[in-house]
Amino acid sequence: MRLQEPEDTVSFTFDGQSIRGVPGEPVAAALMAAGVKLVARSFKYHRPRGIMSAGSEEQNALVTVGRGAQAEPNVRATVLEVSAGLEVFSQNAWPSLKYDVMAVNDLMAPFLGAGFYYKTFMWPKAFWEKLYEPIIRRAAGLGGLSGQPNADRYEKAFAFCDVLIIGGGPAGLMAALTAGRAGADIILADEDTAMGGRLLREVEDIDGQPAADWVEEALVELRALPNVRLMTRTTVTGAYDQGTYGALERIAGPRHIDKPLECFWRVVAKRAILSAGALERPIAFPDNDRPGVMMASAVRSYVNRWGVAPGKTVAVFGNNDDAHRTAHDLAAAGITVAALIDSRPDIQAEGDFEVLSNATVTATKGRHALEGITVTQDGEAREIPVDCLAISGGWNPTVHLTCHMNGRPTWREDIASFVPTPDSIPGMVTAGACNGAFTTAACLKEGAEAAADVARGLGLKPKVTVPAADERAYKIAPLWAMPGKGRKWIDFQNDVHVKDINLAAQENFRSVEHMKRYTTQGMAPDQGKSSNVVALAVLADATGRGIPETGTTTFRPPFVPVSIAAMGAGSQGKGFAPERLTTSHHASVARGAPMIEAGLWYRPSYFPQQGETYWRQSCDREVGYVRNAVGVCDVSTLGKIDIQGPDAAALLDFVYVNMFSTLKQGRVRYGLMLREDGHVMDDGTTARLGPEHFVMTTTTAAAGQVMRHLEFALQVLRPDLDARIASVTEQWAQFAVAGPRSRALLNAVLDARLTDADWPFMACGDVAVAGVAGRLFRISFSGEHAYELAVPARYGASLFRLLTAQAETLGGGAYGMEALNVLRIEKGFITHAEIHGRVTAFDIGMDRMISRKKDCIGQTAAARSGLMSEEREQLVGLKPVGAVKQLTAGAYLFEPGAAAERINSQGYTTSEAYSPTLKTGLALGFLKRGRARHGEVIRMVDHLREIEAKVEVCDPVFFDPDGGRARG
Amino acid sequence: MTEVVLERLVLVSPYIGQAKWASAALKEQIGLGLSAPGRAISNRRARVIWAGQRSWLVAAEVKLEGLAAVTDQSDAWASLRIEGAGVEDVLARLVPIDLRASTFKGGHTARTMLAHMNVAITRVGAQAFEVMAMRSMAGTLVHDLQAAAAQVTARG
Amino acid sequence: MRITCPNCGERDRREFYYQGDAVALARPASDAGPQAWDDYLHNRENPAGDTQDLWFHEAGCGAWIVVSRNTVTHAIDSTTLAATVKR
Repeated sequence: MRLQEPEDTVSFTFDGQSIRGVPGEPVAAALMAAGVKLVARSFKYHRPRGIMSAGSEEQNALVTVGRGAQAEPNVRATVLEVSAGLEVFSQNAWPSLKYDVMAVNDLMAPFLGAGFYYKTFMWPKAFWEKLYEPIIRRAAGLGGLSGQPNADRYEKAFAFCDVLIIGGGPAGLMAALTAGRAGADIILADEDTAMGGRLLREVEDIDGQPAADWVEEALVELRALPNVRLMTRTTVTGAYDQGTYGALERIAGPRHIDKPLECFWRVVAKRAILSAGALERPIAFPDNDRPGVMMASAVRSYVNRWGVAPGKTVAVFGNNDDAHRTAHDLAAAGITVAALIDSRPDIQAEGDFEVLSNATVTATKGRHALEGITVTQDGEAREIPVDCLAISGGWNPTVHLTCHMNGRPTWREDIASFVPTPDSIPGMVTAGACNGAFTTAACLKEGAEAAADVARGLGLKPKVTVPAADERAYKIAPLWAMPGKGRKWIDFQNDVHVKDINLAAQENFRSVEHMKRYTTQGMAPDQGKSSNVVALAVLADATGRGIPETGTTTFRPPFVPVSIAAMGAGSQGKGFAPERLTTSHHASVARGAPMIEAGLWYRPSYFPQQGETYWRQSCDREVGYVRNAVGVCDVSTLGKIDIQGPDAAALLDFVYVNMFSTLKQGRVRYGLMLREDGHVMDDGTTARLGPEHFVMTTTTAAAGQVMRHLEFALQVLRPDLDARIASVTEQWAQFAVAGPRSRALLNAVLDARLTDADWPFMACGDVAVAGVAGRLFRISFSGEHAYELAVPARYGASLFRLLTAQAETLGGGAYGMEALNVLRIEKGFITHAEIHGRVTAFDIGMDRMISRKKDCIGQTAAARSGLMSEEREQLVGLKPVGAVKQLTAGAYLFEPGAAAERINSQGYTTSEAYSPTLKTGLALGFLKRGRARHGEVIRMVDHLREIEAKVEVCDPVFFDPDGGRARG
Repeated sequence: MTEVVLERLVLVSPYIGQAKWASAALKEQIGLGLSAPGRAISNRRARVIWAGQRSWLVAAEVKLEGLAAVTDQSDAWASLRIEGAGVEDVLARLVPIDLRASTFKGGHTARTMLAHMNVAITRVGAQAFEVMAMRSMAGTLVHDLQAAAAQVTARG
Repeated sequence: MRITCPNCGERDRREFYYQGDAVALARPASDAGPQAWDDYLHNRENPAGDTQDLWFHEAGCGAWIVVSRNTVTHAIDSTTLAATVKR
């Protein structure tokens, strides 16, 4: 029922029923105004539940918004804003909210107490996966996901400020005014749709004017300050190291295709003021979960802020003075107050309603909506018909953020609550209700003083002026759980009641952390915001300890649920990872080449031609280009590192196992790089361009790692070496020109002819292509007479066109990664499939490359006997000799007679290819004592693909073993 | 968003103890010395952008033999100028550093990240930044900036 | 987590690559013997308290940095360029 007719309403639906609401008000308020009491079914027992709170702490009213791929489950109806056409659905009920089949769980409740699952589903063991888990999974959970990709946009962003103020109630606003006026750069974040906190929900004055008017004035002033950023609908979710805070912003207003729904902020603040307020806690009495039982402060919020009456006849039940405000505000709004029930003796309260001191609520009735309560006073029970009961067990300061870095809150007896322990988060101070200051006057004062301290710490000169405000004292007599029969709910969201906690204590789960896990109290999405203190008070009682000795569980981020979509915003589709494109990319795509990812790079797999229906046809043809004519391949993705300086050669000697100081200018050498632990890190060639100038190539995969490694060598290990390195991978487009006709091709495009004398194998030097200065290296990764030609990247696309066109006139053409892989396997050249991090120079037969004339990274460790043992798995070639011709990479090797089990493994395969040159399948692999076993026939077993083949062990260099083709 | 073409760009890394002399030589050749860490300077002929640990990007032809390693980077970088009232909001979606005008002033430059890419960002005006990324990632740079800008615009 | 790079100032942890204990600065001579090398390569303290480790400002200026921090409080006491550490 609405107290005033709103001017502007829109319609939305709840379970298909059309409801009118005011845009921007919580869906909970509109449902309440429409008389909808039953909004949800509870998690475990499927009990009928209604709206309980007026904020993000809501335990009951979780709903699903939208449908299909856009459906979002477990949204709190107390936070969700009304907008035209919104579709809201109840959860956890089938076939309908009113007639829910799973409500049978409630009848079985005596069997389903804490620990039920642990005790029941233990045996037989095999039943767990097949029977129990699927059934439990289906029965459990609240809202479900659609399983479809979500097209909604989300966002993440970074923000920086001097002072982050968390919570825009009286303390936060006063803090913002004080620090803002002093000139501090401020972010004021509040999770509500408007700043003001309780000031928007209470009937009281500040400086002689209604509190809400004072809030508006404060906001006018704050909005005018350029150094103040106001962020509403923004919940600070976590406090992290070095002044970093997470915050989730819900973005308001009409939907748009590009408009994000939520933004996850990472806020970096020099200082922070926590002014997060407090949350009211319930009292545990029998059947305290009926729809219509609400928090007393929430009742005030609906009446005072949203103009909605939660009931026609309302009783108020509390243990503190604050509850009395609810009775007064209801009466002032013209709602019948059936009784103000206070558990404390001799309560004085003036008002047009009955006041019952020393009285408690001991029962409730009404299945789908509250119909009445039983009040017990001086041992006598009486029934009072009500449709709403407002309860207040006192206030819990919102200390959560102060506990995110291991802080533990401190118990304060006078308010029967935990308050933050000072300095729990470096740089953060607390003020207002979250600090245990429960009057508006105290909140304003603490906010101003905290901000003044912070501002002074930042070197500013703040002034403190605090307006006059409400100072009525907060008195409380703790009341946690009533005695008597019936289930007294504590954690409404996870269906945990007093008996569950007593059972936990009885079964010796006495630690609060054990109790939590045994009963699941505090483990629902609300993380026990409302239930924790009550639960541990009950546990303290059951175990005969005080509350401070019992302690709290650990509050961890996030304070409210954060959707994964918001945290991962932008990292879908093209945003998942950068695309690195070579200069020949578009030409390759135009030729129909399927592109394959190599790290972040995209490289052509092969270049299909008309009539080719299978990749192997293209690949075999391209291998033929290189073996018989000439092939062209973009190798720009290999890392290229420029090394200059007086100690450039010394640096290379230090990072490579072999000598580079002896390399002549104009020559290239193959180098092997180890990690300090003696295992192979990377390999590649390095060319000497000048006396103090080299250019190193790395594998595509390890380019970044090698760069980091070289900087490590220079900055950490040998800062005395006067050498400088720079990545030039992006500067140069580089193409392999490989095959017997490679020189003919180059002579057709280079400005000067290549001669045998000037360009022997492993020579390098400057060349020119149509006047463009380039570099030429006579190196080969195919075993053929080959070159790599580099030009500045801007000429890459043109050069690729030129080279491929020339190659085609010579009976060759472009080749892709598949052919490149076949060519190198035929020659036994290794890649990171072989040097995968666990192999040594010894394993790949390169230990003799390790120069003893100098120290180098990895040299000492590589000499350890265990890394040089003949028993190690050594690089070998493998050829099929049985009926099965197909070899696979990642298969295991076994003795012919041995069972194909791990314990009998003799090694494994790392690469395989069909060699069109040798007309056979080939594989590279590692085999125990492999170098001594050439000629032996063993078994290759691929358990995953279920392939087994007889293979002959041989030298890894299958083709042209003496290397004459590359040198010739 | 507009492309910035740096026709000639070299990376200058002075050798041990040579930074002072390299700076002096540069000053003589292009009228600018080496800038302080985190700073970019320019004149009509040239620009000097601090580019990280003992290195600077210099947009000019220079000769510093024996003083510094000089590496041609003319084709290695893609550079975009982005400009407008919402430019800081757009970059705040992508860049994890403090780019507020009060802390990141005109002529300030930073090596940092933009989404998943390593970039160099320089403030070139009250509402203008220059972002340099690796040439091969130019497409992704444009994509990421456009996507962020579209969302910032849609928020209104 | 935020680390103050001596070149760039305070930066988000995502810009840094973590290497490990700063013991890496004290590389033994090649003939220092198996014990010294074993300690250098493998043996690490696991302190609840102050520790020193090496981070690489990979997505920033490319500096290797020695970071002194506390594993309990997560406070970072100091950061120094590895290249300037006296050894």
